[in-house]
Amino acid sequence: MLFNAFLQALREIRRNLMRSLLTATGIVIGIASVIAMVNIGKGASESITQSISQLGSNTLYIIPGQERGPGSQSVMVKAFKMKDVEVLKESITTLKAISPSESTTMTVLYKDKNHQCSIRGIDNGYFDVQNWALKAGRNFENSELRTGQNVCVLGQTVIKELFASDESPIGKKVRLENFSCDVVGVLEAKGANTFGMDQDDLVLVPIKMFQRRISGNDNLHLIMAAVKENIPLEEAKLQIQRLMRERRHIKTGEEDNFSVRSMTALLDTITQITSMLTVMLGAVAAISLVVGGIGIMNIMLVSVTERTREIGIRMAVGAMAQDILVQFLIEAVVLSGIGGIVGIIMGMAITVGVSVAMDITLVIDPSITMIALLFSMLIGIVFGIIPARKAANMNPIDALRYE
Amino acid sequence: MIRLEKVTKFYGRGEGETRVLKGIDLEIKSGEFVAIMGPSGSGKSTLLNILGALDVPSGGNYYFSDTDIRALTKEQLALFRRYILGFVFQGFNLLKKTSALENVEMPLIYLGMKAKARKQQAIEALTSVGLEDRIAYEPGQLSGGQQQRVAIARAMVTHPKVLIADEPTGNLDTKRGHEIMQLIKNFNAEGITVIMVTHEKDIAAYASRTIYLRDGMIEKESNHAV
Ligand SMILES: Nc1ncnc2c1ncn2[C@@H]1O[C@H](COP(=O)(O)OP(=O)(O)O)[C@@H](O)[C@H]1O
Ligand SMILES: [Mg+2]
Repeated sequence: MLFNAFLQALREIRRNLMRSLLTATGIVIGIASVIAMVNIGKGASESITQSISQLGSNTLYIIPGQERGPGSQSVMVKAFKMKDVEVLKESITTLKAISPSESTTMTVLYKDKNHQCSIRGIDNGYFDVQNWALKAGRNFENSELRTGQNVCVLGQTVIKELFASDESPIGKKVRLENFSCDVVGVLEAKGANTFGMDQDDLVLVPIKMFQRRISGNDNLHLIMAAVKENIPLEEAKLQIQRLMRERRHIKTGEEDNFSVRSMTALLDTITQITSMLTVMLGAVAAISLVVGGIGIMNIMLVSVTERTREIGIRMAVGAMAQDILVQFLIEAVVLSGIGGIVGIIMGMAITVGVSVAMDITLVIDPSITMIALLFSMLIGIVFGIIPARKAANMNPIDALRYE
Repeated sequence: MIRLEKVTKFYGRGEGETRVLKGIDLEIKSGEFVAIMGPSGSGKSTLLNILGALDVPSGGNYYFSDTDIRALTKEQLALFRRYILGFVFQGFNLLKKTSALENVEMPLIYLGMKAKARKQQAIEALTSVGLEDRIAYEPGQLSGGQQQRVAIARAMVTHPKVLIADEPTGNLDTKRGHEIMQLIKNFNAEGITVIMVTHEKDIAAYASRTIYLRDGMIEKESNHAV
């Protein structure tokens, strides 16, 4: 009986194919957006999680000021000095490596070529914090760091831009605008980060040299530290906070005028934003599903009226009210279910397309697929019940006489 | 087998009340072939629809083999139609864009039969009305006479006890009409009770008894020699 109703439903849908497809469009769009949204959302947060753990989930960022937003409060707040780095390095035993990191953008010249990129003043700890190996050459010698000599380590993109493919940059001199610099090392390629930024487009120089030649002062605006394995990030964070409060003479009860951040905090923020977006888009999808459901109800009401005669004939040969009810209900469910299936396929196609285009991890969640399918069928039941009851409650004789 | 006592049917109330049946007493025995005749608007179809449990009387009693039909629920009436009755209408009432075979199979679905048995039984019914070579045709591809044969096959496929026919030849020419009547006559000969409305004398002549309705009442009755 149910199976026959199912076959009958397919036949009716095929009979009015165009109308059925248009009716199911609302469901298709609703389900496709749910599927795409959830899968892309999951893929995106997976990608972000992955690249954050690549960046180092054990990395702490120590920044003067509380907010680094557009308020530019950090300018007002006392910057760090090299002494802070040294004291942190000596006192905080839970740290594996530490380095200042001062950046600016400059033009680098070699022979007749020039290239604009990021110049970063660092300590040797930077390589450990970033977990970044050298491909060739060496890192900075202590004497170079102490006196701030004009030496540098180049990223792969800079090398590609300035040097011929068969030319080794080690031992060559590049110009950073108005002074020249000996290339002592070459970094491994790291590729783009989550936000699409090329991480290899940089020149590393000793922090002392950066301060003397480029910034012209001894202020530091970012200290990066890697926490030892098996040590909770929070523990190291608290130690740093305690020490820095002391060094910056912050009284008990006063707020910090610096902050210690980790990428896990960033991850939390991103997760929050993602789930907020998911809820918002989910609401949009829900509305479109309701609209789709109303469309199905509308077309089923039309169909019931058009087929009044058929209902009368079926009742004459002995169909009970519930047989008619089930028949029309199944038709509504099949209609919305087909919309759901098409929506799932479209949603998956969108997921694949967006994931490839935006270089996000491709995630297809089987549970959301099942839920979407069941939900689309539920819509058929909810919005099909009124037309189906209208059909089932007809009088056989009135239905048969209907013109 | 069938007994009507003072069956009435009124439409509307008060001023606008129409009394279509004004007290019908009627008894029909198993295996009879009854024709109902009378002028247009005399209440023939109304009476037949009540006998066929498609409509309910306003008053009186209706017994079928001692079952009080008026006491049945909507669902029980559906089952009564499903297992006991078969219908043939003037306008054929076949499902559009549905093959003859599927039209005839349809009542068997409600009997809960399996697809294979259903198909076999429907083909048998179509063969018995001489349409074995038209099973895949849709109503639109069949002549009026052929469509009415499909309708008869659909009515007979469940092996009902009673065949209810409202002007089965009304839309057919004389020759096709007599062909249809011959089929119905054959089913009656196999023991099926037939109740048929017609306004044509030579169609009524197939019946063993004719009831004349006038103005909602039985005017007279006549028995034919079988
Ligand atoms: N649903 C209805 N409402 C009001 N009057 C009706 C209805 N159905 C039938 N009638 C009336 O009942 C009378 C008998 O109709 P019917 O039984 O179809 O006559 P017949 O079949 O003998 O031509 C007609 O006058 C018709 O107008
Ligand atoms: Mg009539």
